Amino acid sequence: MPEAVIEVVNLIKNYGTVQAVRGVSFEVGEGEVFGLLGPNGAGKTSTVEILEGLRRPDGGTVRVCGLDPERDNDRLKQEAGAVLQSTSLPDKLRVEEALRLFAGFYQRRADTEELLRRFQLVDKRHAYYHDLSGGQKQRLALAMALVNDPRVLFLDEPTSGLDPQVRREIYSIIEELRQGKKTILLTTHYIEEAERLCDRVAIIDHGQVIALGSPRDLKTSEAGTTRIEVRLARPEPNGALSGLDAVSDLHEFDGTYVLHSTQVPQTIVALVKHLEAGGNELQALEIATPSLEDVFIELTGRRLRE
Amino acid sequence: MSATLSLTAVRMRLALRNRAFIFFSVIMPLGFLFFFFLVFGRGGPIAVQYLLAAVLALSVMGSFWGLSVQLISFREQGVLRRFRLTPIGPGPLLASSILSNYMLTIPTVIIEYVAARWLFGMQHWGNLPSAIVLVTVGSASFSALGLIVASVTNSLQETQVINNILWSIFFFLSGATIPLPVFPIWIQHAAFYLPATYLVSGLERALVMNTGLVGTAPDTFALVASVIVAFEVSRRLFRWEPEEKVSSRAKVWVLVAVIPFLIMGAVESHSKRQVVQMQQIFHAIAPNGLSFTGPGPTHASSRSSARACSPASPPGRRDLSDSQKSRSVNRISMVVPLARRSPRGLPDRILPYPAVPDIPSTARHRSPGSARS
Repeated sequence: MPEAVIEVVNLIKNYGTVQAVRGVSFEVGEGEVFGLLGPNGAGKTSTVEILEGLRRPDGGTVRVCGLDPERDNDRLKQEAGAVLQSTSLPDKLRVEEALRLFAGFYQRRADTEELLRRFQLVDKRHAYYHDLSGGQKQRLALAMALVNDPRVLFLDEPTSGLDPQVRREIYSIIEELRQGKKTILLTTHYIEEAERLCDRVAIIDHGQVIALGSPRDLKTSEAGTTRIEVRLARPEPNGALSGLDAVSDLHEFDGTYVLHSTQVPQTIVALVKHLEAGGNELQALEIATPSLEDVFIELTGRRLRE
Repeated sequence: MSATLSLTAVRMRLALRNRAFIFFSVIMPLGFLFFFFLVFGRGGPIAVQYLLAAVLALSVMGSFWGLSVQLISFREQGVLRRFRLTPIGPGPLLASSILSNYMLTIPTVIIEYVAARWLFGMQHWGNLPSAIVLVTVGSASFSALGLIVASVTNSLQETQVINNILWSIFFFLSGATIPLPVFPIWIQHAAFYLPATYLVSGLERALVMNTGLVGTAPDTFALVASVIVAFEVSRRLFRWEPEEKVSSRAKVWVLVAVIPFLIMGAVESHSKRQVVQMQQIFHAIAPNGLSFTGPGPTHASSRSSARACSPASPPGRRDLSDSQKSRSVNRISMVVPLARRSPRGLPDRILPYPAVPDIPSTARHRSPGSARS
């Protein structure tokens, strides 16, 4: 992995008796897009806010660009950009004014004209903030996070509450930033977002990292099984298919058999042989690659948005 | 510094785009001006001079209301949270509040001054340096107070409750609306524990008695102390997020903000200087005290009194004609009746002190001492 821009070691954060973050550790390399994926209340936002220096950790160490977010907060703010949840701007502030005002707070400044163009806000440069649509507000928030040409970008649920079309617009922007080699830490509870945008993902639940790796690795190694759905001409006796090679689990649902296989080719070969031997016939077969949602269910026993 | 200035410029623009701001900061103060002058200011140019001090003080005092509401709204909406991500701290944000408020107060003050002079026959500008300094430090002081209110309250509703209480106290007990000399002496002394009273008393002397910077120094000092302490306290109490609560330790800072006024109030209670001067000015303007009915001036008398004071006379040295010295001309007509009066029409619970000798003749044509003799 390239040089770590973000280092989190055994991070702990408590709110009274509630343990929001319980020993979270991860590293994010230069130019990497790293996702914290988990349900609401998992500890994602607390982790990000500690990294931004907005909250004080109760234990562990964090470094961003080699800086302690608490002690070197002023220097860190020069290096970081952020889109946080529940932030706003004054209603009667114009788009261009907002960008110029915020750019003026930093030593290093991006070209605000270029930001307006890049985020398709040129036509809206004189619009008041309260007249912008949800997507335009979020594009402005992203543009404002870049006014200091930051080395690292924190995006806390950047597409939360946006409709699917606007969400895809934001994905395109983040993909563009990814190509620009910005280091990005992204929190989300959207599986699609993590799979599409992140180089690596940490699945976080109840304040702990329960899995960490690239989306592809997680899907193959963490869940460890692939779902094979088959429909047969005649029903098979109970448990007959569970003994096939590499089958770890079997369910029957409305005439469809769902086999969880750790080695898909072996299971298919064994299935075909078994059906031929028994004079049964295969009517339909579907192999479903596991999603991160499946990984999450596998690891926690519940769905992501429960 | 540049961040403070750019924030100040943006906040001025935001205020000017806000109809509520225009109403409360421009239209309402001008409403006060016309109401005061048309209803109470018929007693002649000196009465206008006296009332202008009150109107200016009310315009300046209103700062705390607007700024406290703005700051808490910014906090509740998440605007402060967005600013928190930038390298600027609370200092520039708060300083820009005070600066932008001051810059926006200036046009209102100028309009009030000009209206008093050209529409209502005010004869001279008073002591402008004193008035400018008092308006400046007064604006900063009440702005900082508003920032403290926003920092110690957790919601807009709480802010409005505190604002209403403070505004009522300042409105009625500073001398801006009801002249302090009509109150019992203990209330007059208690009033000098309020920052608002220093603003009113200073402006009264600057405008009516033409008192210079040295003469208004105690008032200026009280307001400057208030600015420094209130700004520092508001900086320490500042909260970016709605869920951040005021810590117990922070609440002690609110008490610190009160200390200058406890000291100033105690000094004033001991010296009685300001109380006496306010009484003298009031009795110079309204020897009849406040009267609901009685021999009041007509517009004709008002106009004649305005004419009697030559515009060419230098400020502060305008001798009053005999007609002006009569009670019917130089009085403030006000709808608040006095419960008890002395036989000569003066409130009988004031003036336990001898007159201060440095009152200029313009304002002392009917001194409290002579009233009682």
